Amino acid sequence: MSLMNTAAVSLGSLLQEVADKHRKRYRFVTMTCTDIGDGYDILYHFDKDYELYNLRLYLKKGEELPSISSIFFAALLVENEIKDLFSIPIRDLVIDYGGRFLLTEDAPVAPMGREGCSRSIDIRLQGAPEEEDK
Amino acid sequence: MVSLLKSIINNVLRKPVTRCYPVERRNSFAGSRGHVEMDPSTCTFCGICARKCPANALTVSKEPRSWTLEPYKCIVCGYCADICPRKSISMNPNHGLPGGI
Amino acid sequence: MPGSKSIIPFGPQHPVFPEPLQLRLMLEDEKVVEALPAIGYVHRGIEKLAEKKEYTQNIFLVERICGICSFMHALAYCQGIEMLMNVTVPDRARYLRVIWSELHRLHSHLLWLGLLADSFGFESLFMQAWRSREAVLDIMEATTGGRIIISTCIVGGVRRDISEELMAEVLKTVDALERDLEIVRPVVFDDYSVKQRLVGTGRITSEQAYDLGSVGPVARACGIARDFRETGYAAYKEIKVTPITETGGDAYARARVRIREMYQSIDIVRQAVRDIPVGDIAVSARGNPEGEVISRVEQPRGEVIYYIKGDGTKNLERLRVRTPTFANMAPLLAMLPGCELANVPVIVLSIDPCISCTER
Repeated sequence: MSLMNTAAVSLGSLLQEVADKHRKRYRFVTMTCTDIGDGYDILYHFDKDYELYNLRLYLKKGEELPSISSIFFAALLVENEIKDLFSIPIRDLVIDYGGRFLLTEDAPVAPMGREGCSRSIDIRLQGAPEEEDK
Repeated sequence: MVSLLKSIINNVLRKPVTRCYPVERRNSFAGSRGHVEMDPSTCTFCGICARKCPANALTVSKEPRSWTLEPYKCIVCGYCADICPRKSISMNPNHGLPGGI
Repeated sequence: MPGSKSIIPFGPQHPVFPEPLQLRLMLEDEKVVEALPAIGYVHRGIEKLAEKKEYTQNIFLVERICGICSFMHALAYCQGIEMLMNVTVPDRARYLRVIWSELHRLHSHLLWLGLLADSFGFESLFMQAWRSREAVLDIMEATTGGRIIISTCIVGGVRRDISEELMAEVLKTVDALERDLEIVRPVVFDDYSVKQRLVGTGRITSEQAYDLGSVGPVARACGIARDFRETGYAAYKEIKVTPITETGGDAYARARVRIREMYQSIDIVRQAVRDIPVGDIAVSARGNPEGEVISRVEQPRGEVIYYIKGDGTKNLERLRVRTPTFANMAPLLAMLPGCELANVPVIVLSIDPCISCTER
């Protein structure tokens, strides 16, 4: 099963497409970021009349993401969150928390990323049974 | 706040809805998820409950036969009781007292 | 010195906040000119943990995102997984899900009413609301085994059935609740001092509310008729829901929306209990979720969005949760500038914030 109403956008045309959505009175819903190994899969979700429309952006690691918060103010919170959790550099944020929106100074770097977490977090607690595949 | 005056007076004259815990205790509802209980006589120590426990609160070993529940990790969801193949695990409707089960 | 600015850190510990949220308020005399939220006090990394757990275990995990609307989190998650695995839920289970959803909405709105009353110092209304809430929690425990985190939703249906006798109890509870609401409703709607504090407080326009992406009662109080139950998930196909709207756009309108929604929820519970079909409560779901899906559910605070990506193994590749309070945070920032410092708690509580939801 794949997502309905999903269009791919490139980094160059992103702001244009988003501004177009704003003009056509779409509501900004949220963004989803997934670490897919060599890059990030970033989804912009918009809503109109209970129907969800998504823009899909592939962002290579190390690339900078332009912020859409000047078009949709509501995006600034989720963009700051992505900046924290994935350590993606985002430019032109309306309010930039500088990577301290959700995380504190001694928190792990990019905890939601697949790798590159400077401090490993051991989620399995002591005494937990070893994983066994059926 | 005048509009609530009638019910405030009613409340003053009625007996309180709260209980004087721990002197007076509420009875548990039948089927309430109070705490986990295990019947060692039917348990085969297969360890399915330990693998499936969402909170990793259970430790089971076949040799030596042991079954341990860490009360502070247990989230009392009752999932172990659902999936136990021998139905050795059950939920006791009475809530455990603070400090252990 | 008149006209000079000062910054007040409002929270994270504040008597009216049930959860840690800090607002950095820029004040000019007593007037707020700018507000900036600082969150992160209860960030638990649940989205990451969900990638490590099996998809069946995740149900119990997502329930713990929020301590108020936990059932709806599980419902949104299960509906998403069911879409991915093509599972059709039995009719009785769909109705049971509606009953528990509406009981959750009732207790959530009662909790909010108590907190709002507390925020403007109306202690007896707070007590009244929370006393009524206790009855809802009792019926929840009697029918599911848990007071709030009821853990009844599973992939393919529900874990427990409600017997005939308990159905009668559910009806009795909502009848009593309706009588209790009759005491509370005129107080919120007409009381002079309540209106003094709520009318005109934290007003935003319908245009702002739409543009900033507000959801739930915040949007509906601005006249935006949006209620995701209209789209007919679970048994809302059969039980029609019309969004309750007000046009004020202020704290008073939001209070009115929620009070009226409680009456609506009571009606939905009655209708669901009356129409519930007999039959199975769960089907077994085999296999693992594969693909990606977005699942949406109307929570008491608005619409929750689950993005689920499975890769055919028992672990998910990504679980993303956008909770209603996260969406209502931007409108909150638009409400605060221009208000008096004394009204900040009222405005914050009028959006019914759930910080644990927001940070996950």
